[in-house]
Amino acid sequence: MVVRALRDEGVKYIYGYPGGSLLHVYDALFQQEDVQHVLVRHEQAATHMADAYARATGKAGVALVTSGPGATNAVTGIATAFTDSIPMVVITGQVMSHLIGEDAFQETDMLGISRPVVKHNFSVQRPEDIPAIVRKAFHIAESGRPGPVVIDVPKDMTTPTERYPYEYPKQVKMRSYTPITRGHSGQIKKATDLLLTAKRPVIYTGGGVILGGASDELTELSRMLNFPVTNTLMGLGGFPGTDRQFIGMLGMHGSYEANMAMHHADLILAVGARFDDRVTNATDKFCPTAKIIHIDIDPASISKTVQADIPIVGPAKVVLEEMIQLVKGSKKQPDTAAIQSWWQQIDEWRQRHGGRFRTDDSDLMKPQQVIEMLSKVTNGDAFVTSDVGQHQMFAAQYYKFNKPNRWINSGGLGTMGFGFPAAMGVKMNFPDADVACVTGEGSIQMNIQELSTCKQYDLPVKILCLNNQSLGMVRQWQDMNYESRHSQSYMKSLPDFVKLVEAYGHVGMKVEKYSDLEGAMREAFALKDRLVFMDIAVDPFEHVYPMQVPRGAMRDMWLSKTERT
Amino acid sequence: MRHIISVLMENEPGALSRVVGLFSQRNFNIESLTVAPTEDATLSRLTVTTIGNDRVVEQITKQLNKLIDVVKVVDLSEGEHVEREVMMIKLKASGQMRAEIKRTCDIFRGQIIDVTATTYTVQLVGASDKLDAFISALGSASIMEVVRSGVCGIARGEKVLSL
Ligand SMILES: Cc1cc2nc3c(=O)[nH]c(=O)nc-3n(C[C@H](O)[C@H](O)[C@H](O)COP(=O)(O)OP(=O)(O)OC[C@H]3O[C@@H](n4cnc5c(N)ncnc54)[C@H](O)[C@@H]3O)c2cc1C
Ligand SMILES: Cc1ncc(C[n+]2csc(CCOP(=O)(O)OP(=O)(O)O)c2C)c(N)n1
Ligand SMILES: [Mg+2]
Repeated sequence: MVVRALRDEGVKYIYGYPGGSLLHVYDALFQQEDVQHVLVRHEQAATHMADAYARATGKAGVALVTSGPGATNAVTGIATAFTDSIPMVVITGQVMSHLIGEDAFQETDMLGISRPVVKHNFSVQRPEDIPAIVRKAFHIAESGRPGPVVIDVPKDMTTPTERYPYEYPKQVKMRSYTPITRGHSGQIKKATDLLLTAKRPVIYTGGGVILGGASDELTELSRMLNFPVTNTLMGLGGFPGTDRQFIGMLGMHGSYEANMAMHHADLILAVGARFDDRVTNATDKFCPTAKIIHIDIDPASISKTVQADIPIVGPAKVVLEEMIQLVKGSKKQPDTAAIQSWWQQIDEWRQRHGGRFRTDDSDLMKPQQVIEMLSKVTNGDAFVTSDVGQHQMFAAQYYKFNKPNRWINSGGLGTMGFGFPAAMGVKMNFPDADVACVTGEGSIQMNIQELSTCKQYDLPVKILCLNNQSLGMVRQWQDMNYESRHSQSYMKSLPDFVKLVEAYGHVGMKVEKYSDLEGAMREAFALKDRLVFMDIAVDPFEHVYPMQVPRGAMRDMWLSKTERT
Repeated sequence: MRHIISVLMENEPGALSRVVGLFSQRNFNIESLTVAPTEDATLSRLTVTTIGNDRVVEQITKQLNKLIDVVKVVDLSEGEHVEREVMMIKLKASGQMRAEIKRTCDIFRGQIIDVTATTYTVQLVGASDKLDAFISALGSASIMEVVRSGVCGIARGEKVLSL
């Protein structure tokens, strides 16, 4: 029933790992071909693969893990999806229902463990409920503010010798769950009127624009108004990264011009962004002169950390479309003279810092140069997944994402080990696309066992390991706040990555000089059907800048090791 | 400020733990909590009293509404409402204390629901502050045990919390 329901849901791939409680399900998988199972080497990777599929396509990914340790190994992946609002359905095996509560072998209370990190979870009590539960799980995961849903399935619910009536429901109706489909027209009108009077506006958009497929509407509205646009880490690609109106990412490691513009703005249009603490810095100093319009599908995101002046609850796509129509139909036009001088100011900021890094004469590569090269070699058109650390910030700052759903990283939870399985999940579903995983020598070792899965399923992703021989992001904080006491942030005893990947049957490359970088990278991407691991030596002392000063305002930033705003 | 939040939710296993979990996970405070079935067997009604400023209470109601099992949420303290709590209190009662307790009990319109040679058990129904007042009015009488039901409440007039 589980497999049949997945097939009826249109699921092509599921990612998982078998175990006692799931043997009936695995046997059913064996006997059909519609739903293909991908065997990972660690359950965490299964959840990240499913998650990345969702990030790239907007549809829920599916993971299947056994009870006990299988389920607990999946928790990090579930939490990763939860904090970034990613739709996912995770099916966990469970011990026989009559054993639940008796500390049976491989029993864990998965409903309890997962509860704080899921949108919802189900436990199957009767086999005949399986189709309806599976349908509900997908509905809940994908609609409204998306999120992961766990279905816990006791082994006796899948006994193959017992037969039950099966009907896959076409529609779901739940009296306690009705996701919102449009915004309040009065509020939208009020907001649009305010947009047309703004003198120093900024459009600040986040993951909600990507999740809600609202990039086109965002781009159209922004162009009509000629307002500057900044994206959160999760919102990158929601607005074209090479567009003149794009002023970069904002927040802790946001661009100088984006953070300055936010601080001095008189109006902020926030779309599908949740005023995260990595964005706002100290909320009491946040954007002191701005009125805030906040569009979000989840009312709980509005006025949670920063009070909104005009809250609009609704899907970004529908609300923005309504705004576009209102602006088109309005007699009033944006204040072009004011917007013009606002742009002058922003361009000055751009010139003053413009997010540049410094290269010196040595041939030691800067990590930023590697990302710029990746952008060049892939024409800004690749799927780029990332792990967590300095390399993630460099990728966010220097890769120019022109399309949504191409930048795939763990923002809210910051899960090291995410990037590589994520790249695999994308490659599996987009076999012809270039898929690059930007990682560090620390992060990659958190799921490196998946090199084996890549061999089994022929997943020729490109791994760019920015090797700074340290847990760089940790070391940077230690440099800045702990007088460079590098407690446990070194990675002594690194493996020879080239030999390691070769042992798994892949191609390894070591790049030590900038002058070799372009050639090596082109060669790597030319090897279409091979996984290539590029171990790239980068400056171990580089820091990520700008970096906001703790407890300051948006404009308070370190711009280099010695300059502060 | 103190708020009484009333929640109508699916009578499903795990629903209560989601609500309670939400409060601890998000650092919301719970003063009291009661839950029981309603006239509709598929629904239960939960009442929680909490203390917080407007922003916190707004988050509480929004987050409660997000739970899939929750059908409706209302902050009763926003409008006219009636609240009641039941208390049973066991007291040492001998000698002249017996008459004393009886008097206090009458003033508060409590009932003595169990008697032994040395104890009284008093039942009192009312708003929570009345129960508090009773406890302090007992003065020197010695309290052996206090059981309170937690608050439940209902809106005044025509307003109802239903599907
Ligand atoms: C090392 C590190 C450094 C970081 N530094 C930064 C930084 O400098 N800058 C930065 O921005 N982030 C940074 N982050 C990420 C940060 O932690 C948050 O994950 C991120 O800021 C949240 O992005 P968001 O506001 O777009 O919200 P998301 O988590 O993407 O949430 C999406 C929001 O959109 C809403 N939504 C969903 N669907 C829709 C829809 N259809 N319509 C409307 N709304 C919808 C949701 O309800 C939610 O409120 C960093 C993370 C790490 C690990
Ligand atoms: C699972 C996990 N553990 C710990 C951390 C804390 N952490 C954040 S960045 C980082 C260092 C990452 O090192 P590396 O992958 O080499 O990247 P770099 O910063 O050097 O580019 C650590 C330990 C985390 N984000 N995730
Ligand atoms: Mg490193």
